[in-house]
Amino acid sequence: MSMIHKTATEMAQALADKSITAVELTKQHLDRIAAVDGDVHAFLHVDTEGALAQAAESDAKRAAGETRSVLEGIPLALKDVLTQKGVPTTCGSKMLEGWRPPYDSTVVSKLKNAGVVILGKTNMDEFAMGSSTENSAYGPTHNPWALDRIPGGSGGGSAAALAAFEAPLAIGTDTGGSIRQPAAVTGTVGVKPTYGGVSRFGLVAFSSSLDQAGPCARTVLDTALLHEAIAGYDERDSTSINAPVPNVVAAAKRQEVKGMKIGVIKELMGDGFQKGVLDSFKQSLDLLQEQGAEIVEVSCPSFDYGIAAYYLIAPSEASSNLARFDSMRYGIRVGDDGQRGAEEVMSATREVGFGKEVKRRIILGTYALSSGYYDAYYGSAQKVRTLIKRDFESAFNLADVLVSPSTPTTAFKIGERANDPLAMYLADITTIPVNMAGIGGMSLPSGLSADDGLPVGFQIMSPAMQDDRMYRVGGTLEAALNDKLGKPVWAQAPELVVK
Amino acid sequence: MAAISREEVAHLARLSRIEMTPDELDHLASEMQLILGAVARVQEVAAADIPPTSHALPMTNVFREDVTKPSLSPEDALSGAPAREEDRFKVPQILGDAE
Repeated sequence: MSMIHKTATEMAQALADKSITAVELTKQHLDRIAAVDGDVHAFLHVDTEGALAQAAESDAKRAAGETRSVLEGIPLALKDVLTQKGVPTTCGSKMLEGWRPPYDSTVVSKLKNAGVVILGKTNMDEFAMGSSTENSAYGPTHNPWALDRIPGGSGGGSAAALAAFEAPLAIGTDTGGSIRQPAAVTGTVGVKPTYGGVSRFGLVAFSSSLDQAGPCARTVLDTALLHEAIAGYDERDSTSINAPVPNVVAAAKRQEVKGMKIGVIKELMGDGFQKGVLDSFKQSLDLLQEQGAEIVEVSCPSFDYGIAAYYLIAPSEASSNLARFDSMRYGIRVGDDGQRGAEEVMSATREVGFGKEVKRRIILGTYALSSGYYDAYYGSAQKVRTLIKRDFESAFNLADVLVSPSTPTTAFKIGERANDPLAMYLADITTIPVNMAGIGGMSLPSGLSADDGLPVGFQIMSPAMQDDRMYRVGGTLEAALNDKLGKPVWAQAPELVVK
Repeated sequence: MAAISREEVAHLARLSRIEMTPDELDHLASEMQLILGAVARVQEVAAADIPPTSHALPMTNVFREDVTKPSLSPEDALSGAPAREEDRFKVPQILGDAE
């Protein structure tokens, strides 16, 4: 019997009951990918052989009574920005076409140690720069809810794989919303953990002070189980937090919010938000109130400057981080004819290897960091970062968690904003402040927008190292919504044409 | 706000080691103008008495014990090299360039 429409928790139960093997479960997902990914294009690389070998090993471990974790044998889709030894890793860029990393990222090591089966690498905006996955050098991913719409970005592939039942679990990375915004527009769950909560070792760097890997799934509990599997201190990441991981799994199961104070951020629900998104958001607030939470309004006036500050800080860090793509040690090399010098070959390679958005951000970052402009741009942006942190500190004095719609609108059409970078940047207005302050953020589906029938995301933010709080609220809201709507949002996705 | 010229963009492209076509430079110069106009808003609230934040959480430098640990073999380290010679990365000439 096909299990692809089940949750990871249900699949884990079936594996434990021996009603299915990891090899069968993996084959079902590989078959699903073969059937629908021609339309969805969530994957850049499907590691059929590797996944089946991992699944066979998982079955052997289980038979020997050596189950490695609760996720033993569960398939997962990995964003193509994390290295997996021997498996192509492109970051959605021509620059790394054909590169097979010689080492595992810490996230991948932890997944392997937990017995998780990695199906393949998912599509993304090039070097994680974008909000639609249209910036991938390998073509866009299509939203399983409506194939002519974007699946969000940069982690559109991971979110689409979940929504299309190609995988029950996925890994994303979130620099300004790249986990939460795709989750919101695909009716799935995504969490950006506290900065430093999950190791960045082996995560190809975009903006080091903002980048954070995190778990994605269809339910809050599945997301918590994956969070637990990948989080924790890593001496190979100098910004890793050396403290116990918050108990996110217990929090996701708790199912009550009595007496919790939930702060609604006034500035993240006004002009520019789609009516259906705001209506769905308000319905969720009512449900949380019915569950015994107290709703309070908070104000974060500096969030208004979040996008401006982000589009200075992130490109500045990117202009430095992407200097590593110099055509000398890995990646492609163009124009090495024996006559041209290293710098000419480097420049020719970067011209061919990088796409439009990446070049745009490198130039912007180089400008913002150049002498004469540094104080006015990068320096001012860092001050705004201080103001955003202060706004969060004041708000968390009044509330246990903060909430907002995850995105101002539902999924927009492919191509609609492709030639308007400023319109594209607005997609992250709600998610960016979380990265700037290094705190935790979750998006979970709150229903379908009445105006277009597309999924809406509800964002929950918790203070640094208190990630359990967002899982507690998220788990409670998810259950209340399932009661009210009759079935989970992800279970209402239209059937894809199976080929 | 300072206007950004095509020549400035060409200079930034040189600094960034990206060989851009004339069309790309034209296009980028006009886009940069728009983007810089939007992001310059940060200056409205960046008062002199606000300290900058480079990193969200308090961090200090981290050291590890000075002990030998397993690392990549030369074969692994060179596995992605565009060109190699023996156990080394082979690169185009680095001296005698115009710059």
